[in-house]
Amino acid sequence: MNPDPTSPDAWVDMLSAVFMIVGAIMSLGAAIGLLRFPDLLSRMHAATKPQVLGLFLLLASIGLQMRTWWVWPVLLVAWIFQLLTAPVSAHMVGRAGYRTKHLHRELLTSDELEAVVQKAAARAAREGGSDDGRGD
Amino acid sequence: MSRRRISLRQELPLLVWLVIVWGALWQDFSPGNLLFGALLAVAVARLFYLPPVELSGRFNILFAIPFALVFLGKVAAASAQLLYLAVARGPRVTNAVVAVPLRSRQDLMVTATGHVISLIPGSLVVEVDRSTSTLYLHALNISSAQRVQALKQEVRSIEAGLIRIMGTKEELETLRMEAAA
Repeated sequence: MNPDPTSPDAWVDMLSAVFMIVGAIMSLGAAIGLLRFPDLLSRMHAATKPQVLGLFLLLASIGLQMRTWWVWPVLLVAWIFQLLTAPVSAHMVGRAGYRTKHLHRELLTSDELEAVVQKAAARAAREGGSDDGRGD
Repeated sequence: MSRRRISLRQELPLLVWLVIVWGALWQDFSPGNLLFGALLAVAVARLFYLPPVELSGRFNILFAIPFALVFLGKVAAASAQLLYLAVARGPRVTNAVVAVPLRSRQDLMVTATGHVISLIPGSLVVEVDRSTSTLYLHALNISSAQRVQALKQEVRSIEAGLIRIMGTKEELETLRMEAAA
């Protein structure tokens, strides 16, 4: 620990320590969510959101600790790729989960997609049936 | 490869992004390295030819910076809310699947809106209807019709923010008409 608590170095250390702890708590939150939420779709919420912030905070604390400017672009690119990929994977899993009915309907207060899916399935059945009942 | 080539102006953001990634991965932004990265970027864009992303040709940085800051704040709020829900509510959480029709028909705009709302409080894209550009969202912790309405409002306002940043002129006009009405 730095002997002088008011030096800029000490502040940077403190800030990165706070970032690291909060980031770790966010990742812990994601893990608790995965365990405690009742169905696949609510678990996907837990899997996508807190760790985006958690990763941001951990990367920021790495950046602060390295004290060189050239790590920042790598960290930023890593975070941007996370931002781009997390929603896509969540969407793919969520979509497959909804279609294969891996969800607890009794926990939904409203479902505006079900009517659309059933209408499309009925139309597909009228037209001689397709494999998954959707036109896209 | 017989497809119509897109103009350099449309391809430029992609090339710049590839060069930035190259520089970041090497952690070296010296001119020589960037030049080599640019050569590679052009080669990659030529060889692995994807359907072009249709950019609107405008990008308003004055709207983009506040939007990014608000977005970061919302990501933090979303994470805190999710942490609370996971610990306090857990298996008793109630959800809803909500349909939100968007204004824009642009693929890029629908994708961007979907990404942003996947990362902010309590919503996840379950299904996209491209022909009507409707997003079907799975929303966490929705217990009443008012909350559904509030979520729809929020998604529409996020789309409005994105249109102000990089939407086409026609979309901006639609926004203005809506605000006037």
